[in-house]
Amino acid sequence: MEQTQQAKGAIPRLWGGLVDWADARFPATETWDYHLAKYYAPKNHNFWYLMGWLAMVILANQLITGIWLTMSYVPSDEGAFASVEYIMRDVEFGWLLRYLHSTGASAFFVIVYLHMFRGLMYGSYRKPRELLWLIGMAIFVALMAEGFFGYLLPWGNMSYWAAQVIISLFGAIPYIGPDLMEWIRGDFLVSEITLNRFFALHVVALPLVLVGLVFVHLVALHHVGSTAPDGADIKKHKDATGKPLDGIPFWPYTVTHDVHATVVFLFIFCAAVFYAPEMGGYFLEKPNFEMANPLKTPEHIVPVWYYTPFYAMLRAATYPLFGVPAKFWGLVVMAGAIAIPALLPWLDRSPVASIRSKGLASKWMLGLFVVSFVILGYLGITPPSPVATAAAQVFTVLYFAYFVLMPWYTRVEKTKPPPERVTTR
Amino acid sequence: MSTESAVGGGTPSTAPNPVNRERRYFLIGATATVGGVGAVGAAIPFVQSWMPSAKARAAGAPVTLDIGKLRPGEMLGPIPAWRGKPVFVVRRSDETVAHLEQADPNLADPDSSNPEMQPEYARNPWRSRRPEIGIYLGLCTHLGCSPKFYGAVQPESFDANWQGGFFCPCHGSRFDLAGRVVKAVPAPDNLEVPPYRFASENTVVIGEDEETA
Repeated sequence: MEQTQQAKGAIPRLWGGLVDWADARFPATETWDYHLAKYYAPKNHNFWYLMGWLAMVILANQLITGIWLTMSYVPSDEGAFASVEYIMRDVEFGWLLRYLHSTGASAFFVIVYLHMFRGLMYGSYRKPRELLWLIGMAIFVALMAEGFFGYLLPWGNMSYWAAQVIISLFGAIPYIGPDLMEWIRGDFLVSEITLNRFFALHVVALPLVLVGLVFVHLVALHHVGSTAPDGADIKKHKDATGKPLDGIPFWPYTVTHDVHATVVFLFIFCAAVFYAPEMGGYFLEKPNFEMANPLKTPEHIVPVWYYTPFYAMLRAATYPLFGVPAKFWGLVVMAGAIAIPALLPWLDRSPVASIRSKGLASKWMLGLFVVSFVILGYLGITPPSPVATAAAQVFTVLYFAYFVLMPWYTRVEKTKPPPERVTTR
Repeated sequence: MSTESAVGGGTPSTAPNPVNRERRYFLIGATATVGGVGAVGAAIPFVQSWMPSAKARAAGAPVTLDIGKLRPGEMLGPIPAWRGKPVFVVRRSDETVAHLEQADPNLADPDSSNPEMQPEYARNPWRSRRPEIGIYLGLCTHLGCSPKFYGAVQPESFDANWQGGFFCPCHGSRFDLAGRVVKAVPAPDNLEVPPYRFASENTVVIGEDEETA
C-alpha cells in the first residue's frame, strides 16, 4: 500500500489530497459514487432510455440561451416585438440564440413525449416508481406552463390571441371565472401588464420550479433505479461484492453512450436550427411575424404543435351538460387529458411491467393511444369543421379509453413472465 | 399522562424530565395554526398585487365617439373603446331593425335573458338604446376572439341563409346584427353590451351610463 502510494506522481497525489480535504467538509466522493460511479443501470438500455438524458441537455440549452436572450429582450408592449426583431437583426449571433431557444422548445416537447411514451411502454410508473412518475407529471405540467408563458413574450399577433384564448378558458369556470381572468391578466384584456408578469414567470419562477423538480426527479430515480426494457429486475442478481450482474455503472459506461447519442441528437437539432427554424410555420407561426393587435384576431388561431392534441380535445366538447356551458366541459376534458396519466400507477393491474410481457390487449390499446394522440395533434391544427369535430370526439374517447379501461384489460389478458435476467435483443 | 425521559434536555440521570404529550401537541397545534394564519396573511399582498392596478383601472375611462358619419349597414370599429377592449358600433337599416323584431327560432337567447350580458336598457330585440344604433363588445363569448363583421344579407361560406351579423373565425360562432348568438355554436352567450349613453344626437359615450356616471 505504502509503495503504490509512493509510486503515484505528484499530480494524482495533489488531487487525492484535495479530494480528501473536500470529503472531510462535503460529501463529494459519496455523492459522486451514489449518483454516478456506483449507480447501476441495466446494461440492455435501448434508444428509449436516452430521452431523460437528452431532456437534460435541452434544458441546459433553454436555460443558457434564455439567459442570453433576456439580456436583449424588452418586456413592454412598445418594445417587446421590436426587441425580438433587434435580437434577430442587430445583436451579434442573436438569430442563433433565438432559434436555439425556439427550436429548443419544440425539441423539448419531442423528447419529453418520447420519454413519457417509454414510461407507458415499459411500465416505468409501476411500483416502486409511483413518486418518480408523479414528479415527472409535475415536470410535464410545469413545462407546458413554461411554454405557454414564453409564447406571449415575442408579442406577435398569434402570441397575443393565443394568450387571450387560453386565459379565457378560465373564464369558463362557474362563478369565479370572470374575476379569475382579470386576476391572471391584471387588466381587462391581455396587455403590457400581462406581458410583464408572464415574463417574470417565464424567466424566474418556472425555471426555478423546473430545475427543482428535475433535481427531485433524479433523486427519486437514483433511489429506486431504472427499469429494464424487458421488465427484468437487475437488483435480484448481484455478485459477491453486491454489484448487480446485469448492471453497468452510470459513470463511465452509460455516460459514454449518452454522449454518443447527444452528438447524433445535436446533428438533427442543428439541422432544424440552421435550415428550418420556422419548420414551415409549426415552430414559429406565421401570424406571429405581425405585432400584437388587440383589435384583430388572426384568421385561424392555432396553438404551437405540442399543445394541439389537448387543444383538439378542448374543442371536441360541444354539448352543454347540467346547465354548464360546453366551454367549461372543454376545459375539464383538456385538464383531464393532461392529468390522467398521473393515475397510471394505480390503473395498471397487470402482473408484469413491460409491454414485451403484456398481452395483445395492452399492445393494441397502447397502439390506439399513440394513433389517437397523433391524429388529435393533427386535428388541433386544422380549422374547425363538423367532420373534424366528430373525428376529435371519437379520438378523445379512444385517448381516455386507454386509461379508463386499463384496470380491466390489464387483468384479463394473458401475460408472459418477465425474464429472470436482462435480455439483449 | 405518560412519563418518558426527555432526550438531551436537562440532567436525565438525576431528574427524569416527564414529557407532557398533551401539552406538547397543543403547543404544536397552536403554533402551526397561528403560523398558518400568518402565512395566509402574508400571501394576501402577493395575490392582491395581481389584480388590475390603479393605472389599468384608470385606462378604462369612458370614450366619446362621433357617429354622425356612420351610414346604415356600416360598422365603426373595432375600436379600443371600453377598457381597451374592441367595441363594434353598427348603424342598422330600417329593414334590419324590422328583421330583428321578428322572432327567430335559430337564436339561442333571443330575449337577452342573461342580465350580465347587457344593461337593462339594452334588453330588447335590437339590444340597444336606439333601434338603429347597436354597440357591442367585439369579443366572442366563447374564448374571446374578435368576430368579423359581415353586414350584408347574402349567402356566406359559413351560412347559405346569412341575414347579416358577426362571424368568429376561431371556432365558428355566429351572431346576428343585434349581437345575439345563433344556436349550436360554441359561444354560450350573446355579445356583451358595454354601458353607454348618448350625449347628443350623434355623440355616444362608451363606458358609462346614468347608473355608473
